[in-house]
Amino acid sequence: MTAPASPPEVLRAPLVVEFPFTRSLGPVQSAFLTGLREGVVLGVKTSDGTVMVPPVEYDPRTAEEIRELVEVAATGTVTTWAWNGRPRPNQPLDTPFAWVLVKLDGADTALLHALDAPGPESVRTGMRVRVRWAAERTGAITDIACFEPHDGPAAGQAAPHDGNFAEPVTGIVAEARLDYSYSPGRAQTAYISGLSEQKTIGERCPSCHKVYVPPRGACPTCGVATTDQVEVGPAGTVTTYCIVNIKARNLDIEVPYVYAHIALDGAGLALHGRIGGIPYDEVRMGLRVEPVWTEGGRYPDHYRPTGEPDADYDAYKELI
Amino acid sequence: MPRPTVRYARDVAVVAFAQSDHLRRTDELSEVEMVMPVLHQVLAQTGLKAGEIGFTCSGSSDYLAGRAFSFTMTLDGVGAWPPISESHVEMDGAWALYEAWVKIQTGEADTALVYSYGKSSPGSVRDVLTRQLDPYYLAPLWPDSVALAALQAQALIDAGETDEPALAAIGARSRAAAEANPHAQLSGSVPQGDYQVRPLRTGDCPPIGDGAAAVILAAGDTARRLCARPAWITGIDHRIEAHALGLRDLTDSPSTRIAAERAGVFEAPLDTAELHAPFSSQEVVLRKVLGLGDGVAVNPSGGALAANPVMAAGLIRIGEAAARIHRGESDRAVAHATSGPCLQQNLVAVLEGDPA
Ligand SMILES: [Zn+2]
Repeated sequence: MTAPASPPEVLRAPLVVEFPFTRSLGPVQSAFLTGLREGVVLGVKTSDGTVMVPPVEYDPRTAEEIRELVEVAATGTVTTWAWNGRPRPNQPLDTPFAWVLVKLDGADTALLHALDAPGPESVRTGMRVRVRWAAERTGAITDIACFEPHDGPAAGQAAPHDGNFAEPVTGIVAEARLDYSYSPGRAQTAYISGLSEQKTIGERCPSCHKVYVPPRGACPTCGVATTDQVEVGPAGTVTTYCIVNIKARNLDIEVPYVYAHIALDGAGLALHGRIGGIPYDEVRMGLRVEPVWTEGGRYPDHYRPTGEPDADYDAYKELI
Repeated sequence: MPRPTVRYARDVAVVAFAQSDHLRRTDELSEVEMVMPVLHQVLAQTGLKAGEIGFTCSGSSDYLAGRAFSFTMTLDGVGAWPPISESHVEMDGAWALYEAWVKIQTGEADTALVYSYGKSSPGSVRDVLTRQLDPYYLAPLWPDSVALAALQAQALIDAGETDEPALAAIGARSRAAAEANPHAQLSGSVPQGDYQVRPLRTGDCPPIGDGAAAVILAAGDTARRLCARPAWITGIDHRIEAHALGLRDLTDSPSTRIAAERAGVFEAPLDTAELHAPFSSQEVVLRKVLGLGDGVAVNPSGGALAANPVMAAGLIRIGEAAARIHRGESDRAVAHATSGPCLQQNLVAVLEGDPA
């Protein structure tokens, strides 16, 4: 069956990417974040006397290693700001706030954080602020809940600090979640829609005439769009296989089982699937198989022998 | 006008440029389906077949697609079988162009196809871009791209280098210029709108959209054969500055200045500047460090304020500058690309046409 590609009826589904971004800390970052847990703000002093807060481990100008820790005040001065009238998910405050860069007293560089203030009229560059500590602190930048306005003069110089704390924090886990709305595009939409009717739809290259299954919309040999939709299968031929002896977590399949490349009849390349309905040690190249769909399944659960004679090697050797 | 001074081992030029229409959403297209027409257009301009290209390099981001190794999907569109010489940068395509330019300089290729693309529409690009920040001190706070640009804008206002009406005028000028650009996402008179993150209003921020671009590079006589008036890359350089925003003077861009010096920007007058300034305030910084006077046409394409397909907008600046040289509308242009928050990384290229 050949049909011209129909206009797409776009499929769309939520796609959530979540990752716990696990990082180990070097001596400087460990001291800084442990310090926050203890209500102490540490910086580093470079060889020219510059105090950097938050601290870095190497001087960004000279690449020199920096290990000299100092303690600075929890009060400081805003060096620039931006009013955030509509806080976004995960940001430090869920009510309107100002993003601020704050030069803490004793520091020469600025720290980015949030400032809790009643409105943009109450914020200006040069205003005095102080740290508002989080109620529960774990050794993370969020141990600073935010900054808040503070009436008071600059409070002194950076003081030497050994950076030693009981039970130092040695790593962080930065949780992240990003939400997407995934659309697979024209070619893959047709493939997925076909599967819902237990049909396998490939696409033929107009140049080399190869039929791609599953189609991705382009022929990688010719670099042109695949246009004609072609129903392939349902039966096919095992072109190669392997015997799996390791049980996968969350996979309810007894080992050993066979995983195979299957060239569906009419397809120009093999797709892969599990072979069932036959002892694992009787699967062979050339075996003729057909898909087995489970109730409500959105793709074939596995493939089983059709009972036909094996395919001739010459019939599938180009597809191995 | 004397022949341009070329300071490298080989003369390399942009000989073709194509881009998609930049749209808010392209749900009906997968990445390869979006990129492939652009690849076909750029190849058609030179008459080259995919298999005749010496080196292929692309730029994109997995975080936009929400999946790993997403660039492999678009490789189908270049005809990657039988095997080709190929590379990818997880960056704007301007940096892919730099890699391709180096490849040609080494003598290992005479031609290169460079393409890049971004589909921002599936996710929330402001939140997605927070994941490129320092994971210890910044990423846990989720400061979005508009917020960081707004901090820079306020620093410029405090320094007396701009004000809100001047910023609005940059957006208005860009979108007016984009009326002549059929690919632009936003053009004409666009309301300045409400504050997104004060002092930046909607009109100071780039549109969010999907798009792709491609250029072809060629060396020496090959370039002359493929293009009536090649846009010679007479200088190119890229620089990065400290990751931590609080270490930097946000009213300045020393990385752009150094890259421009190394690329030879200041050695002769310019007539065109294509600047990758996604936020109006960033154009203020770039004009200053590049020393652009009133005689220079800045972003005649409309720039990133008219279309900002993430990962392609920088390559488009190089392509737009080159296209003006191809058309005889420019003799010496500067193209700039940026990446990261508040102009953290900057690439500068000088493009020159042969004298008429
Ligand atoms: Zn083909």
